[in-house]
This record gives sequence, C-alpha cells and structure tokens, in this order.
Amino acid sequence: MFASDVLIAQNIGFAIIATIMVIGALRVVTTSNVVHAALWLVVVLAGAAAQYILLAAEFVAITQVLVYIGAVMVLFLFGTMLTRARIGAESDLNNKNWYFGIPVALALFVAMAMALDSGFGSQKMPANPAVATTQEISDQIFGPYLLPFWALSFVLLAAVVGAIVLARRD
Amino acid sequence: MNLATLLSADLPYWAQSLLRVLGGLVAVLLPAGTIVYLFLFKMMSFMQSRLGPMEAGPQGSMQLFAEVGKWLQKEDIYPARADKFIFKLAPLIVLASTFLLVVVVPFGPDALFTNFETGVFYSLAVSSVSVLGILIAGWSSANKYSLLGGLRAAGQLIAYELPMVLAVVGVVIQAGTMNLQQIVVAQNAGSMFGFSSLGNPYVITQFVGFIVFMIAVQAELTQTPFDMPIAESELVSGYMTEYSGFRFLIFFIGEFATAGVFSMIASILFLGGWAVPFSWFGWTTIDSIDNWMNIVGPLILFTKMIVVVFFIMWIRFSYPRFREDQLQKFAWKVLIPVSLANIMVTAILKVAF
Repeated sequence: MFASDVLIAQNIGFAIIATIMVIGALRVVTTSNVVHAALWLVVVLAGAAAQYILLAAEFVAITQVLVYIGAVMVLFLFGTMLTRARIGAESDLNNKNWYFGIPVALALFVAMAMALDSGFGSQKMPANPAVATTQEISDQIFGPYLLPFWALSFVLLAAVVGAIVLARRD
Repeated sequence: MNLATLLSADLPYWAQSLLRVLGGLVAVLLPAGTIVYLFLFKMMSFMQSRLGPMEAGPQGSMQLFAEVGKWLQKEDIYPARADKFIFKLAPLIVLASTFLLVVVVPFGPDALFTNFETGVFYSLAVSSVSVLGILIAGWSSANKYSLLGGLRAAGQLIAYELPMVLAVVGVVIQAGTMNLQQIVVAQNAGSMFGFSSLGNPYVITQFVGFIVFMIAVQAELTQTPFDMPIAESELVSGYMTEYSGFRFLIFFIGEFATAGVFSMIASILFLGGWAVPFSWFGWTTIDSIDNWMNIVGPLILFTKMIVVVFFIMWIRFSYPRFREDQLQKFAWKVLIPVSLANIMVTAILKVAF
C-alpha cells in the first residue's frame, strides 16, 4: 500500500500526532464548555510542539511549550475563570454567524497549500538535512536579523505599556 | 565497564526504556520521601519543640509508608457538582510536569536520562506546565475556595517564573551553554583567578542570581512565605481543598518531588552538580572522568539537594506568609529588576574578560 520510505517512524509519529491535533481542534469549536475548549486547545498546541520535535527543531518546540502552554493558555484560563467559566454545558456559546468561518478557513487552507506548492513544488528534503542548533538560531537572531528583532521587541514593549495605561485607574 | 556502553549497546531497547522509567521513578520518589521524612516530619517537629512521628519504625522512619497506606485505602471521592474528568486529570498534570523535569537532570558523567542541548530552557518550560494542572484543579472542584486558590496560584507562579528564567540567564551567559551537563563541567573544570582546587561554582560569581533563583523556587513550590494559594486560614487548603485519598497523595508527592528536582537543578546550576572539582583527581574533560563517578555522582548531587532543600524548609518553617499585593510587588518591582541588572553585569564582564 505504501512505498517503503513512507512507513517510517517519523511519518507514523506525524500521523498519530496530526490525528490527535485535528480531533483536538474540532473539539475546541464543538465542545459546549469554555474551559474544556481551552484544554482542547492545549492539546492542539502540545501537538504542534511534538511536531516541532519530530522536525528536530527543539528550540521552537520548547518555546512553544513555554509561551503557549505555560503562559498564553494559563492567562486564557485565568481570564475565563475570573469572568465566566461555569461547570457543565453552556448553550449560548455559539455565535449564530459561525458558518461564515467555514469559507474563510477553506480559503486560508487553499492559500497556504498553494504557497507551499509554488514555493517548494516537487523539491524533496535532502537525505540528511542540516539540523539548526539553538546556537545557530541565536547567531542568526542576534546577527543578520538583529534589526527586525529589535523592532519586534519595541512592538511588544509598546503593547505592554499600552496595557498598563489602559489598566491604570489614576 | 562504562555505564553508557552498558545502557546503549548491551541491552535491548525495551530493557533500556524499563531501566530509564525505573530510574525516573527513583529520582522522583526517593527525594520526595527523604524530604518529607527528614524535613516535614523531623525538622519541623524539632523547630516546634516536639518529637514528631515516633511509632512506626525506629524514630518513626516508617511513618511515610503508613501515611501512603492510609491515603491509598481512602475512598476516591469527588464533589457532586465537580467536573469529574478534569478533576481527576488535574493532579496527574502536576505530577507529569515533575517527571518531565527530572528527565534532563544529569546525575553523573554517563548517568543521565538525556543529554539535552537546551536542558536549562527545557526545564524552565516544562516546570510551567504544572500551573495548568493547579488552575484546572481549582476550577473543576466547584468550590469557591478552590477556585480562589487556583487563581492565586496561577498569578503567583507566572509572576515568579520570570525572575527564575532571568536568574538562570546569568549562569547560561557565564557557562556559554544551555546544556546542564556542560554547565556542571564548566563549573568544575574552571578556576577562580588561577586557583582551581574549588573549581568555579557559580554560587560565588552568580550570587545575586542564586538568591533570586532560590526565592523564585520558594515561590514556585508555594512554600511558606509564598503560600497564598493554599493559605489554610483563609482558603481551607486552596486548590487541594476537595482532594482526598490518592489524588491528594499525588499532589503531595508532586509538591515535594518538585522541591527535590528544583533543588537538584539549583545545585547543578550554582553548586557544581554531581561533580567534584576536576583538579582533585587530575581530570580535564568529561571523558577523562573515572567511571566510579557514575555511582558517587548521584550521591553527591543528592547531598547537595538535601542542603538546598534544608534552606527552603528552614525558611518555610520560620516566616509568616506574604500578603497578595506584597507578593506581586516583590516579584515585579524587586526580583525582576535585580535579575535584569545581574544579566547586564554578567554580560559586560563576560565580554570584558
């Protein structure tokens, strides 16, 4: 059924993780409890981290865990629990225009698939791809990409200052 | 025979995996048991002028087994209005985070689970996963005290994770690597002003970082000056209020095992880890280390861990609790600026020398 170079450990691992991610992503939008949706989102994000590990991109994988699971999702849950997070099913979670999302998602998928196809086409991965170590990544960020990195830092700083200004009462 | 060759060549994959799982269980449960008996039972009793448990075994040393037996016998109960699945899942997430953490800890030149290139970064990332478990434990209990405890815990753990990460950056700059094993080597192969019989433990050069790191660890472990999340006089027992039986036991093991693992990481980052200064035995690199260090190394690391936990527990039993606003102010207005200054000074000195 498969060629001999398809049924290797990485591909099987990819398939299992991808299946879990797809199920998780569907449950995020179909579950009837806000906290459950957030936890399914954690499953999806953890799956993405696992895929990065499969790609030998350990730095990105760990950053994914630290930033998305350790910080973003915790703040997300924190915010929901402070405002509205009832236990049990809620009926009014669905926006009645939810089906407008479907064409957007499809268009996004087609656009990304076309970008990937035109970008790489029939190129194949080299047999022994060079694995970028964390040191090489930092050399790139703090070398040729220093200016964009600084610019991004300023954007984030501006966001933090803006949040403080909005939150202050005096 | 070298332990690495034994583990990699002579054993089939399943046997290696079994050994690693057993090793992980020992590395998590043994420190937890020791800490609970030595400090929670005996040291606390000593500081309060009482004997502590004395009945089970000599000096009450079997008390832990009695406690575990008691917890395991209890009925597995949950509140009627709780979110059952998440209620049961939450303690497991907390314990899983501890097991993920121990994976990168090196115990000897070859006695390690994995020689991860970004071990420091990894350990900081997976330690933050436990926040998730605590938060959903508080929410799923359907109890306002639990929810308050969970929210306090999340706020506190996020606030103190930042100074922890920033305190470690100083060590990473000085060692020039994020690999925990190489940080150990860098400390013990190094020398201070040409004086090499002590190595170069970073607790001396990174003293500020060490203090900030230990304060952050105290807060991450929610030990007493920072125990707002489980403040028993206000919140019954915070996010653990509704837990009993073996689910409470999992939280309990998780708390003290994490104390052990964090102390091991602190001893690796600042106190030289499993090794002795290499000049004592004429070693130069990690490959020239004699094989007996694979047996002695874990014992050295264990001893250093006990010393670090001693200080954590000493502070825990001595000080009253911070107020919530003091706690947040301390993290954001004192610890983070101090650790940022430490990073700057370390980086300048690193470039200068």
